[in-house]
Amino acid sequence: MKKKELQTNDTWAGGGKPMKASYGKLMMWFFLITDALTFSAFLGAYGYHRFVHFEEWPIADHVFTHFPFIQGHYPLFYVALMTFILIVSSVTMVLAVHAGKYMNKKGVVIWLFLTIVGGVTFLGSQAWEWYHFIKGTKHGAVLVLSGQHGQPRVAHYVSPESYDYQKKAYNYSKIDPYSKEYLFKFHKEKMEKEPYNYKYLNGDTVPEDLLNDGKVIRGAPLTGPNAFRYNEYGHTTFSNFFYFITGFHGFHVFTGVIINIIIFVNVLNNVYQRRGHYEMVEKVGLYWHFVDLVWVFVFTFFYLV
Amino acid sequence: MSKESSTREIWIVFWILLIVTAIEVVLGIIKPPFMVENYIVGVTLLNMTFIVLTIVKAYYIVYAFMHLGSERKNLKLSILLPIWILIPYLLFILLTESAFQEFMLHG
Repeated sequence: MKKKELQTNDTWAGGGKPMKASYGKLMMWFFLITDALTFSAFLGAYGYHRFVHFEEWPIADHVFTHFPFIQGHYPLFYVALMTFILIVSSVTMVLAVHAGKYMNKKGVVIWLFLTIVGGVTFLGSQAWEWYHFIKGTKHGAVLVLSGQHGQPRVAHYVSPESYDYQKKAYNYSKIDPYSKEYLFKFHKEKMEKEPYNYKYLNGDTVPEDLLNDGKVIRGAPLTGPNAFRYNEYGHTTFSNFFYFITGFHGFHVFTGVIINIIIFVNVLNNVYQRRGHYEMVEKVGLYWHFVDLVWVFVFTFFYLV
Repeated sequence: MSKESSTREIWIVFWILLIVTAIEVVLGIIKPPFMVENYIVGVTLLNMTFIVLTIVKAYYIVYAFMHLGSERKNLKLSILLPIWILIPYLLFILLTESAFQEFMLHG
């Protein structure tokens, strides 16, 4: 039998396309699968910590209540606006891909430009939200001890008003309801048995310098000596997850904008017109839609649920 | 498919996404009492609605915007199967363990 020489377009020489998609597009899809798994791991870990620290976990409605130029309590509106911006930029992207299919350079330029504008607007909105999250509320919070749940050294956050109120209410007995002495009265046995240290409900050690002197803390420090040590909204892990997940998503948006700009310049220079197809816009589009897709899930699991 | 009908389809999907998001936001602000008080498999009806609506949105983004609907079946499956198998598996382990951990800490 004569040995047949393989041609590069033979199936066994890697020439076949069983999925009828180009190499670049396939690889983009496979990258997106891995990225989807990464994000689901992050959101899953968020869910894990949220359920474990259920009692101290803040309700998003009480944390993200700001809206530009308006004073007051407006939960969800700002995130809804951010979601809207990202959905619109996703639509303009798919319209750019669509125009590319018909070799309509002008259409691609317009829609891709609008997509970039949408992406930059989203990043700006996120920066604004981070700023308010770091800065915190006007009233702040006080970290206190309490004897709840049968455990003597549990710490949680109360508002400064309720802290003052409790102190005044107990003034007649000359006992500070949040002091070690007060807890000692009710949990003497437990506190004598174990070495004395402060804990959150889940057993994490609480920074002692923040406790018990009515010290008001504000926001969630991201830099400086107190970075990641506390946040006024609730359990420390909450702000860490907020920074990590929305930060990682924001980084995706940022890289998406950069890649869009590169492709935009190429479109202006007729690179794809000469190549004969706009598939590169489609591949970038896949990435951009994925970023939108992730935000849909972040929106649900961080802000709604 | 003609050029106009395809653009029209994109805008229809846009409106679907927008309306679903609007419903989510309205529900999140009102929080209807009967939805908060009733549970389906350990999750409040409200949160279950959010999760279902999110998956609806995800379907439209992947199917229409990412054009997965018009790809070949083997490509569709090789993208969707790892996601469908691995993510529920991961979530099952994490959330079951979290319930156990919560029980161990607080009783």
